[in-house]
Amino acid sequence: MLADGGKALSGGHSLIPTMKLRLNAPDVLVDVGRLPELKGISVDGSELVIGAGVTHGAIAASDLVKKHLPMFATGASQIGDPSVRNRGTIGGSIAHADPSADWPAMIIAADATIVMQGPSGTRKVKAEQFFTGLFSTALHENELITQIRVPLHDGAKMTYQKFSQPASRYAIVGCAVVKSADGKLRVAFSGVSEAPFRDKKAEEQLSSGQPAEAAAGMSILSDHYASEEYRKHLANVYLNRALAAVA
Amino acid sequence: MQVNLTVNGKVRQADLEDRTLLVDFLRDNLRLTGTHVGCDTSSCGSCTVHVDGVAVKSCTLLAAQADGCTVTTIEGLAQFNANGTIGQLHPLQEGFKECHGLQCGFCTPGMIMTAADLLSRQRNPSEHDIREALEGNICRCTGYHNIVKAIQWAADHTPAPLLADHHVWTNEPTTEPAAV
Repeated sequence: MLADGGKALSGGHSLIPTMKLRLNAPDVLVDVGRLPELKGISVDGSELVIGAGVTHGAIAASDLVKKHLPMFATGASQIGDPSVRNRGTIGGSIAHADPSADWPAMIIAADATIVMQGPSGTRKVKAEQFFTGLFSTALHENELITQIRVPLHDGAKMTYQKFSQPASRYAIVGCAVVKSADGKLRVAFSGVSEAPFRDKKAEEQLSSGQPAEAAAGMSILSDHYASEEYRKHLANVYLNRALAAVA
Repeated sequence: MQVNLTVNGKVRQADLEDRTLLVDFLRDNLRLTGTHVGCDTSSCGSCTVHVDGVAVKSCTLLAAQADGCTVTTIEGLAQFNANGTIGQLHPLQEGFKECHGLQCGFCTPGMIMTAADLLSRQRNPSEHDIREALEGNICRCTGYHNIVKAIQWAADHTPAPLLADHHVWTNEPTTEPAAV
């Protein structure tokens, strides 16, 4: 069904708005919003496993998430507004891959793995490799995201800092930083470029003790919310805020 | 497509076009026009209703997604007399009246439904809690000061059982509700 012009519908808070804009016109919608297999948050070995159909609100309220991945709880609580968080799901947000969505920066910085189920079985892709361009991902047409698996990062410090668009709360710039117990940094951005990305150059500069330049060499988005120059400036401001938060 | 749901305590069945949004079903099919469409982009919150006790933006939900669910709209909050006149307003409606929490009234149904969700979870919200809860509800008349006061008033005047289950008063009248 998904391969024949169909689309999976979960919370609908990305897909329905795009359908209203006629950017998407699926022949068939398959409502996966109430599948119990896509719900639930649990610890499996050294990973926190979040079902793709878990809402932002449920992640923000989860004690397991607060304990092991506090950035995910505080980050989720900054998505949209309470009603949006009651419906929108992490899997839907990731599959939609809006360049300004909050989850991508967080899951890239946290080195999460995205689990996808298709007709030929299960496939896993690292979050860092998942986002391939503007609204484009490694997800195949006939696949469904089922889980997001995140290393527990015990002893790490982590933060997600964002500059929000005031009505939608989408990130004009969102910066996630995870500092492991041994001091290693992972830096990722949403909102800055056509696809969310891990900022390896900034990581290298920081690990060699230099001041970092955010999003060096990246093509920077420019729109009526923020020009290219302003966005680049904000990326640096929010990187510094994130670094201060994990210092 | 066939949709079955319970709206304000009544079982409703309808054969709808697949793409029907919940808000359009409520307004156009059931004539429950208290739920408003402001932005149609899930930003303004004037379409907020409860689905299975949780506040959602009904402009960004297909009616089919609410199949089998329990929906409460602004019409489901007050107690109505048998003749369709209002018997007793919900404490939030009283609060908005007492504290002048509205001017044009367009955003009010959404504000009240969002606040009802908050009060069902939190007995004594702080001003900060209320303002955070209202993040997805936009008012273009009064600013938010009196809206926040109205919700605080309701929190102070709401009987405890109502907070435990704010659906106990969902007995919307069979006729169109009388104008407030």
